[in-house]
This record gives sequence, C-alpha cells and structure tokens, in this order.
Amino acid sequence: MVEVTPHANNAVPAAEVADVELYHPKSWWTTYVFSQDAKVIAIQYSGTAIAIGMVALVLSWLMRLQLGFPGTFDFITPEAYYQFITMHGMIMVIYLLTALFLGGFGNYLIPLMVGARDMVFPYANMLSYWIYLLAVLVLIASFFAPGGPTGAGWTLYPPQAILSGTPGGQAWGIVLMLVSLILFIIGFTMGGLNYVVTVLQGRARGMTLMRMPLTVWGIFTATVMALLAFPALFVACVMMLFDRLLGTSFFMPALVELGQQLEYGGGSPILFQHLFWFFGHPEVYIVALPAFGIVSDLISTHARKNIFGYRMMVWAIVIIGALSFVVWAHHMYVSGMHPWFGFFFATTTLIIAVPTALKVYNWVLTLWRGDIHLTLPMLFALAFIVTFVNGGLTGLFLGNVVVDVPLSDTMFVVAHFHMVMGVAPILVIFGAIYHWYPKITGRMLNEAMGQFHFWVTFLGAYAIFFPMHYVGLVGVPRRYPDIGGTSFIPDSVHTLNAFITVAALVVGFAQLVFLFNLFWSLKFGRDAGGNPWRATSLEWQTPTTPPPHGNWGDTLPVVYRWAYDYSVPGAPEDFIAQNDPGPQTGHVAGPA
Amino acid sequence: MADIAQTAPDRPDGLKGIAADWASDQRAFKSVSWGKAMMWIFLLSDTFVFGCFLLSYMTARMSTTVSWPNSSEVFALHMFGADIPLILIAIMTFVLISSSGTMAMAVNFAYRRNRRMTVILMLFTALMGATFVGMQAFEWTKLIQEGVRPWGNPWGAAQFGSSFFMITGFHGTHVTIGVIFLLIVARKVWRGDYDRGQRGFFTSRRGDYEHVEIMGLYWHFVDLVWVFIFAFFYLW
Repeated sequence: MVEVTPHANNAVPAAEVADVELYHPKSWWTTYVFSQDAKVIAIQYSGTAIAIGMVALVLSWLMRLQLGFPGTFDFITPEAYYQFITMHGMIMVIYLLTALFLGGFGNYLIPLMVGARDMVFPYANMLSYWIYLLAVLVLIASFFAPGGPTGAGWTLYPPQAILSGTPGGQAWGIVLMLVSLILFIIGFTMGGLNYVVTVLQGRARGMTLMRMPLTVWGIFTATVMALLAFPALFVACVMMLFDRLLGTSFFMPALVELGQQLEYGGGSPILFQHLFWFFGHPEVYIVALPAFGIVSDLISTHARKNIFGYRMMVWAIVIIGALSFVVWAHHMYVSGMHPWFGFFFATTTLIIAVPTALKVYNWVLTLWRGDIHLTLPMLFALAFIVTFVNGGLTGLFLGNVVVDVPLSDTMFVVAHFHMVMGVAPILVIFGAIYHWYPKITGRMLNEAMGQFHFWVTFLGAYAIFFPMHYVGLVGVPRRYPDIGGTSFIPDSVHTLNAFITVAALVVGFAQLVFLFNLFWSLKFGRDAGGNPWRATSLEWQTPTTPPPHGNWGDTLPVVYRWAYDYSVPGAPEDFIAQNDPGPQTGHVAGPA
Repeated sequence: MADIAQTAPDRPDGLKGIAADWASDQRAFKSVSWGKAMMWIFLLSDTFVFGCFLLSYMTARMSTTVSWPNSSEVFALHMFGADIPLILIAIMTFVLISSSGTMAMAVNFAYRRNRRMTVILMLFTALMGATFVGMQAFEWTKLIQEGVRPWGNPWGAAQFGSSFFMITGFHGTHVTIGVIFLLIVARKVWRGDYDRGQRGFFTSRRGDYEHVEIMGLYWHFVDLVWVFIFAFFYLW
C-alpha cells in the first residue's frame, strides 16, 4: 500500500500506485481484438453501440413511414409496427445510449481524465465488452427467430408481453429479449465496477475528487446509479423469463385468452411495473448525467471560461442521482395506485427540477461574457441546453398527476421523452465525438460536413418533435400504427404526420454524412496535434496523440489544479493545464 | 513543491471534514486496495439484486388471494417419530454460519502467512458450503417429490413454489460459486502462489494474500443474505 498524503496540495513527485500492473499485449489479437486497454475497449463499445443504433434508426424510419403514409407499405403490418417500436426503444435506451456513454466515453475518458494508466481491472473490463457484444447478438438474433422480435413495447409490460396476441410473446422474441437484457446487465456490472473503483481509488497524485472534470463526475455518478438500478431490471427479467418458460405466475393474474382460461393466476402485473421503473427512471439519469458532465466541459473549454459554480455542479449531479431513485412511480400514475402515492411521487419529481435548473443556469452563466468559440462541439452543447430546457418544461406537465392523466399514452409523452432523453443526450454524444475525435485519432473531423450534420440534425429534430407535442395534445394516442378516420382527430394531424416523417428521413440521412465523416477524416482529416482545443484536462496532456498503451509514458502526471483554469489573469496562455505547476496565480488550488 | 505545500488548507470539521476526506488525493479509501473496493461495491450491487428478489416475493405473498402454505409444516422433517419443524433449515443455517467462522479464521492465518492452517480452514469452509448446497438439494428433492412445482403446489398459493425455487436457487448458485472460488484460492495458497506473487492465469495480476480476505468478504455476504432469506421465507 502506498502512503498517500491527506492534502491534495501537498503534491509529491509522481509515483506508481502499488496496484498498477498493466497487461502488455504480445500479439495482434491481444492488441486490437481481445485488448485489455480501456481505449481499445472504448472504441469497440462505441462502434458496436453505433452499429446497433443504426438498426434502431432504420426501425424509426419504418415506423414513421407507416404513421406518415398509413397503408402505403404492405410489409408494415400492425404486428411488425409493434416489433419496430419495441426494438427501437430498447436499443436506443440500453444498447446505444447506456453502452455509448458508460462503455464508450467512460472507458476512454475516465483513465485519461483522472491520470490513471488504465482501468483498475483490465481483464474484467475486456469481458464486459464481449458480454455486451453477446447481448447485442442475442438481441439481433431475435429478428431472425421464428415469430420475429418481441412487440411488447419497450417497457415489456406483463401480462401482454408473454401472451400469444403479442408478436414474439409465445415465440422466441420475448425470451431472446430477456436473455439479452440479463447478459447486458452482467456485462455492464463488470465494466461498471471498473469505472467506479478507478475513479474512487485509481487517481493520479493531486487529483482530488473536487478537481475532477465534470465529465468524470457525471459518468461516475451514473455508473453508481446503474449498479444499483440494473438489479431491479435483472430481477424483473429473471421473473418474467420464469413466467414465460416455467409457468410461474409472478406477474400473471388469472386471465382468459381467446375464450380459454390460462394456467396463470395470482400474480401482480403492477409488481413488474414497480421493478421496471425502479430501474427505468434512474436509467433516464444514467443517460443524462454523463451528458450533463460532458456538456459542462465542452462549454467551459469552448467558451474559454471556468465553469460557473463547479462545487454546485458536482453536488447537483450527486443530488439528482440520489433523487432519481425516489421518483419512479411517476411513470405509473394511470396504473391505479393510491392517489397519495401520486402526490408523493409528483412532489419528488418536481423537486428534481431544482438541481437540474441550477445546472442549466450555471451553463448559461458560464457562457455569459465568455469568449465563445462557435466550434462544432460548442454548437452541439448550445443545442443541448436549448433542447434539454424544452424537454424539461414538458416534463413539468407530465410530472403533475392531474395533467399527466389526460396526456398519458399520447404522442405528447413520445415528444417529451424524445426531446429530453433522446435528442438531448444524442446531441451531447455528437458534440463529444467532435471534441475528442482529435485525441482518439490525431485528426480533426471535417468542419464542413460537421456543420451540415449539425444544422440538419438540430433543426430537423425540432421539425420532428415540436409538431409531435401538438399531435399529442389533440389526443392522438401513441403506439397506434394507424389512427385511421377517427373523428376527433383533425386533418392537420395527418398533414403533420407526413411532415414529421419527411423530416425524420432527412435527419436520418444526415447521420450517414456523420458516419462518412468519421471514416473520411481518419485518413484525410486535418492534423490535430496533441491539444487542438487548448484544453486543460489531463487527457489533452498525454505525451503522444493518440495516447499510447499505459497513457502516460514513464511517469504519471501530477495534478496541481482543477480542470477549469481558462483565461486566468496574468497567465501566459488562456489556459493552464491541470498538470502545470505554475505560475502562482492565486487560483492554483481551485476548489480544494 | 514546498511553496505549494504551504498553501494546503486545514482540514475542516464536521460534515465538511468528512466530505474533504472522501474527496482527498488519489484514493477515497486510503487503506483499501482496488480488489477489496471492487468486491465491496459488487456486494452492494448484489444486495440490491437479493433485495429485489425478496421484496418481490413479499409482494407476491401479501397480494395473493390464495392462502400461503404454512412453512413450519412444509419444512418439517419426520424424525424420531415426530414432525420437527424447520429442523433441516436450522442445521443448514448452523452449517453456513459456522463456515463464516472458519473463513474468518482462514483470513487470520493467511495474514500470518500460515499456509497450512489457511488451506485447512478454507477447505473446511468449502466443505461446509458444499454440505449446505447438498442439504438444499435434498430439500428440493423432498419438496418436488411432495408435488411442489414452480407453477403450483398441493397446499396453497402457486407463488410459494415459484419464490422458493427462485430465491433459494439463486442463493444456492451464489454458494456454489463461492465453493468453487474457495477451492481455487485454497489451491493457490497451497502452492505458495501468494508468497511468490505468481501472476493470475487470466488477469496476469500478481497474487497477494489479500485475495483470501476478498474471498472471505464474498463468503460472509452470502451467509448474511441467507439470514434474511431464513427470516423472511422460512420464519415468516
């Protein structure tokens, strides 16, 4: 065990922590495929997540084609539509967003940003990716299984999820979905333990928790939450699997299907809803907190100004994480629970608005009188703030019981959560990729293609989801493949549906430009150098770019300051790197 | 460096002091190794898994409309001419709790570098764990012969059998995994891997006698979970 000085400012010369021992790959296979290097694992995670995300994007096109032009496409039957909805939702939330933020950005950024050589347990980290890949393959397999993938909706509510009337309910679909989720959770746990222990126990000298970049804070808190929330989903999946395969009745009440009394009886469908949302609501913040963290760093770096209220930002992340465990039943206002519960959960839900609004104010105050560079990461960060505020405001409607009840299960809900946990985090992911791509590859992404990608995505997302609020407000229910000639629905809804579909197709194709850019810039991109954004945090101070195996060469960095020393008066440059010991400016300590 | 050291703030008192300690340099928990920290956090996560299983079982038990089988009758053994309630469960519990004691002694001997005693005590722990799983298999067999199935049983609510097999099965899996890893770690102690700092086959990390303690953490956790299962499933 190393002796560690209690005070961060008593920085001592770099020394290896006793536990650090890296596995040094000896062959091509262990260097690039079965690699234990967090950076390679990060790229594997990201590539897999983006690939499966493209599948979900195509599924959303198919749904929009049906909604915009009902009856035009024969192969989109109601059953197929439900399957598209289910797979789109599950893939986007779990296999894309969670995997990309935690497995992708977490793996790449945590060791670099806290000044570690790698994750603390590289072998378990490698297993994490391969189990994740297995989970994705099982999920994909359900497309080719007899009966196709499950069409239970991404919430997989019983009893319908395992009945014959639901696509995949009595076939392979639901089984493969549940098995895939169980695998995902096992794989994630292996990675998640790594991320948490690396942040808690594996930092460089001088890197106190209150000097960490907010990106690390966001990913760290989200991972802790995931380790506590995924168990509920794990248990729900195991129990539903037993209901489906062994004939138990955990979630299945006595029911009659097509005139036949089923063998089930005595179970509680509401129990599943509680378990699912005890996972499902923290999941929203598992996706949002890394986005909060990353966007804070993007704004500070590209506005050349220290983040406003760093300490408050950290506490807001932690408080949001804690509160998100006591709000889950606001997804269940119409499930018939006691009105007093509704009151309780509405109150806790609205309390979350306080730390969240605090973060938004602090982002805006960071921008205020900053030296704003409208780079691509900054554009995406600004777009995120706007989109997040929009999505958050509709959350106030849905958080209140009396307003939620009429809006429940309408397209308004779809518009709300796509704004707040679909578009907003995805915008951050894009911003983050434009920001860190130079570190990962050593080359800048093409600016022209990036600008095109940004404007089409940003404006297009609003073209898709703004009208959807209206469609929901007039009462169009979600999850209906065809609203037909229902009399209360005005013609404008049909026109808007066609408009939204066209917008969705355009936005989807713009993503192909982005993907092309990723590959094109790999070869033809402008040379980035080690620190193109002139940023302070440690990942930009590596001896070579891309960072080598072990990240830091012979000696680990020593940290002397927080990550936000931008435009410090009297400093020779407009940023001071975290591992830069001088000059003495009075800001050296940062928040202690 | 010296001038930086002079600017070091004093440690604040009270809650702020706790936060400052937590947030301090390099490690939140100063004397805790990576492996031990990881095991603790994993156990926290696993606690939530068992918590969800037990809460689900309690929900099912409280909300079912059919009466719940009487556990002291169901889990009784006919011995010496009388039905003795929960006798098998009592023995199982005794064996498992005792194995925690031998595990703790093994950790003690490991830190004293007494390889012989460490191995003996770990093997004894593993033996008791295996005995526990064996008795559980006996209990399962007996109940299955009496007609208990995941989807129903002769005495009442179908959820009785479902919950029983699911929760004891999940716990028994934990014990079995624990027994396997006890044997693996005991073998490493026996060969003196931890004296030589032998590298792990998969991880290529150097071995250390602390692994015995980390193994012990897992084992004590599995025992502790059993106490809750015992209380909530058998005694309720």
